[in-house]
Amino acid sequence: MNTLTAAWDWLTDPAHWPGENGIARRLLQHLVLTAVCLVVSCLIALPVALVLGHLGKGGALAVNISNVGRAVPTFAVLVLLLLTPVGRWSEGPTVVALVLFAVPPLLTNAYVGMREVDRGVVQAARGMGMTGRQLMFHVELPLSLPMVLNGVRIAAVQLVATATIAALAGGGGLGRIITAGFNLASTPQVVAGAVLVAAFALVVEALFEVVERLAPRWARGAR
Amino acid sequence: MTAPPDDCLARNEWICGEYLSTRREILLDAVVQHLELTAASVLIGLVVAVPLAVLARRRRWAAGPVLAVTTILYTIPSLAMFSLLLPLYGLSGSLVVAGLVLYSLTLLVRNILAGLRAVPEETRQAALGMGYGPVRLLLAVELPLALPAAMAGLRIATVSAVSLVTVGAIVGFGGLGNLIYSGMNTYFKAQVLTASVLCVVIAVAADLLLLGAQRLMTPWTRAARA
Repeated sequence: MNTLTAAWDWLTDPAHWPGENGIARRLLQHLVLTAVCLVVSCLIALPVALVLGHLGKGGALAVNISNVGRAVPTFAVLVLLLLTPVGRWSEGPTVVALVLFAVPPLLTNAYVGMREVDRGVVQAARGMGMTGRQLMFHVELPLSLPMVLNGVRIAAVQLVATATIAALAGGGGLGRIITAGFNLASTPQVVAGAVLVAAFALVVEALFEVVERLAPRWARGAR
Repeated sequence: MTAPPDDCLARNEWICGEYLSTRREILLDAVVQHLELTAASVLIGLVVAVPLAVLARRRRWAAGPVLAVTTILYTIPSLAMFSLLLPLYGLSGSLVVAGLVLYSLTLLVRNILAGLRAVPEETRQAALGMGYGPVRLLLAVELPLALPAAMAGLRIATVSAVSLVTVGAIVGFGGLGNLIYSGMNTYFKAQVLTASVLCVVIAVAADLLLLGAQRLMTPWTRAARA
């Protein structure tokens, strides 16, 4: 319990919040990294997945890319990027790695969601004379929205985790509080940083939960 | 003064045969540690997950809390998880194993529970009608039928564990992650690339091994497909 109170004291110490390495700046860095990379990954992955899902092509790639993403260690990719020319730009390796690891869940979930749309509904829409574009935007996309959103949620949680590990390779974000704590051999600081990271991740997860609850019934899906 | 050797190590190239031959011992030790940490965490995770999944299946009230807790655990980033366990375990291999057990728990419980829930009710009723008790029903009917789903979970958990072990480098017990970490600090390209590739090789090999084991253990799934 002593460590917990010490960690709490570290967190509530006003001296630890402002400044170059302060909690406030690290929190903001983490938030910006996660949000920006989530938007970029969605812009990259979702159009590809939706078109592939609509055409029913590239399924093996879309599904297997998630398994490949799981087998490749985040930390290894971060360090490899750091040693390439990308590493010269301070947040370069972090941003590239974040996007690389957020794309697979987005791609897989959106693709599977598009393919799981009831074929009867698709054929009815075709029978009504809908063009491919109308079919995609007015039928398939709305019906696959729960799966697409689930992918975004998994990607967001993954981004928070990857952004934390980025601190090991010199990236910014809340993970830096933890790595700095290890370097100072300060257990309270390590635990305080971990609590911040865990809280951040849980808030992100809770946000998506709230969005799902507030969404109209058809967009929630049957889970 | 002798001239420095002009080999790939001196030129700090990504791919370097010299590195493999001169650092064989270090690489082997790292691989062994990597395998030990992975195996320990997945096995302990399995031993804890099976009773939890069975409990969640048998007692309706238990399913909600069990799934909620494991989901929350899975949301916490790995580096934070290891850090939260630091006061309990200190800088040790147990810390890495404990953290990874908590992760594999989520994947295993979810998949085993899904497998148990997918056992057809008629099959259960038939077994009960033949006079099977609850224990025999579980061991001889439900668990074997849940095996494909459970093995799918085990494969995901193992592959994830192989990749997450590297983060254990923060406490000095990261298997190949240790080599990546030290290679990063010294800009040693060959070491980082070799250790990274070995990580992926271990993950793929473990996945294929478990897939083979699954096929051996569930011959009926193949017969049905043929």
